[in-house]
Amino acid sequence: MIGQNFPCKHRAKCAQSQGQSRPDNSPLNNEDKMSHFKSLTAALLIGLSSLSSLALTTAAHAEITIDINSPVIEPMPFAVPDFIDEGGAGGLAADISRVVAADLAGTGLFVETPKDAYISRVTSFDAPISYPDWQAINTQALITGAVQAGGDRIVVKFRLFDVASGQPLGEGLQFAGTPGSWRRMAHKVADAVYARITGEGPYFDSRVVYVAESGPKNQRQKRLGVMDYDGANVKYLTDSSSIVLAPRFSPNGDRILFTSYASGFPAIYVMNVGSLKTRNLGEVPGTMTFAPRFSPDGNTVVFSLEKGGNSDIYSMDINSGQMSQLTNAPSIETSPSFSPDGSQIVFESDRSGTQQIYVMSAGGGEGVRISGGKGRYSTPVWSPRGDMIAFTKQNEGRFHIGAMLTDGTEERLLTASFLDEGPTWAPNGRVIMFTREGAGAGGQAGLMSVDVSGRNLKAVTTDGPASDPSWSPMLP
Amino acid sequence: MTLLPKALLLVAAFGMAACNNPNRYGQDGAGGAGGAGGNGGFIDTNGLGDPSNPKSIAYFNQSVGDRVLFPVDTSTLTAEARGILSGQASWLASNGDYAIIIEGHADEQGTREYNLALGARRAASVQDFLISQGVAPSRMRTISYGKERPIEVCSDEACYSKNRRAVTVLSMGAGA
Repeated sequence: MIGQNFPCKHRAKCAQSQGQSRPDNSPLNNEDKMSHFKSLTAALLIGLSSLSSLALTTAAHAEITIDINSPVIEPMPFAVPDFIDEGGAGGLAADISRVVAADLAGTGLFVETPKDAYISRVTSFDAPISYPDWQAINTQALITGAVQAGGDRIVVKFRLFDVASGQPLGEGLQFAGTPGSWRRMAHKVADAVYARITGEGPYFDSRVVYVAESGPKNQRQKRLGVMDYDGANVKYLTDSSSIVLAPRFSPNGDRILFTSYASGFPAIYVMNVGSLKTRNLGEVPGTMTFAPRFSPDGNTVVFSLEKGGNSDIYSMDINSGQMSQLTNAPSIETSPSFSPDGSQIVFESDRSGTQQIYVMSAGGGEGVRISGGKGRYSTPVWSPRGDMIAFTKQNEGRFHIGAMLTDGTEERLLTASFLDEGPTWAPNGRVIMFTREGAGAGGQAGLMSVDVSGRNLKAVTTDGPASDPSWSPMLP
Repeated sequence: MTLLPKALLLVAAFGMAACNNPNRYGQDGAGGAGGAGGNGGFIDTNGLGDPSNPKSIAYFNQSVGDRVLFPVDTSTLTAEARGILSGQASWLASNGDYAIIIEGHADEQGTREYNLALGARRAASVQDFLISQGVAPSRMRTISYGKERPIEVCSDEACYSKNRRAVTVLSMGAGA
């Protein structure tokens, strides 16, 4: 992209190439019924045709990169001048640039250069960049953008510049959507910047379903909430009339599995995120079902079923209700999680006397134990990249969130506290969110996140006590 | 036992369960009214009866003992627990109108789903023992609350030991 300007200088051409919104009958569209999802057309205007072929022939490696696996990371300074209002955007232009900055700085991999250090002002999206002015203040990545708003639609475009080498890094991109989805467009800008610089997959444009808590520990009220990954746009999916536990998103984000006491007894349910229509997945009196998770194709649910005090893992075809038993042991088998290719299931069992982690074929079986360190291992969750398994570990009175390779080697503990549990992976498999709860009557539960490297441990903003997060896939 | 009668029994138990307001930890804040938190100062606003009446639920809760406690991460009944449950069984034998829900609970020193399974084990231990003492299985149903409903909220053994419990919750089975 060296030396190329934003590939979509001609507005008519831009409009033409981004006009492909997904049809309303798309199967992914259930989520769109939630107001803030409405008709976001993430039109990626990557230099089509001639420009992209030119790009291939002149492709140069970016000079600015962050290797997130490096043992020491010096956060990369970046600048995001307020996006330009190209008509009708008003304060939204600045708001969008603030969300972009918060996303990037929130990773711990980037640090924002303060605005009062700026020498240059960016007054027009198409004006040439005065690289020396940005080099002089030691910023390394410059993100410029512009917002147009009109009617029920806003258009956000941005460019990323490698300040040191004085070149754009990749092409400009443009996103269009409704004004209500402005945060999503900001997340998409930040995702593109993050992905270009780190080489990792994006994760900011995603949601988290969780349990919102209120009341004292001995009379805790729980309801399902769903929010953006950064805690914005909270929506509650159930009321607090019955206990709800451990929700999980479907692989395309259209449904949520959870355990509820709605009938008076714990059982597994599936909810359509768009319509909130909820279905009991076949409660059998005298048994308890819990810990449900989707298969990668979204058609199968694996869960625990307890009968006469003994819990085993079962699978169910979510459409036919056909069930099969995957484990058969007098011990507790629970917290299953599919490998992303659907061929294996990792789960916990106390068959050895304490909770440990096992991997079995998706068709069932005894499984092979993979956890080998001291203490108890539980709540395994397979990374969406397939390379690691996150878990909860209890040892010597402390709880940890950790990750290990899928054969159990290279275990690393990422956190330690009075009570950490229930990891969930960001869509790119690089960040883990989990529940942390404090001790005693005042110890409310909250959500935390940490890089798989163990860096950047921080609280996730929620509008009250919260637990049991489950990260969605990338939004469509 | 063939499948059909078993299913009918379960349905019958479920019917009783409905009368028993199993979800007594709901939003109305009635947590503990039926037994788990029913401690001290008798005021009969819950239909538990007069604790001096040996046929009342209040008497069962307070004088027979409605709960047994468990050591850490076990569901085995202690000698003390078996003593309490034997008392429950003989009281239940002469008070046949009551439907029974056995609640299993865990302390907070464990992960949520494991504790659900552990609570179910504890409830099943109690149920099995009561069956062995002659209580009809059709009168009983179990429910696990895992670590969701502690009665004590401190984070040390003094509280944990009270939270690791199975509670026998009674209701009038009339109509079931």
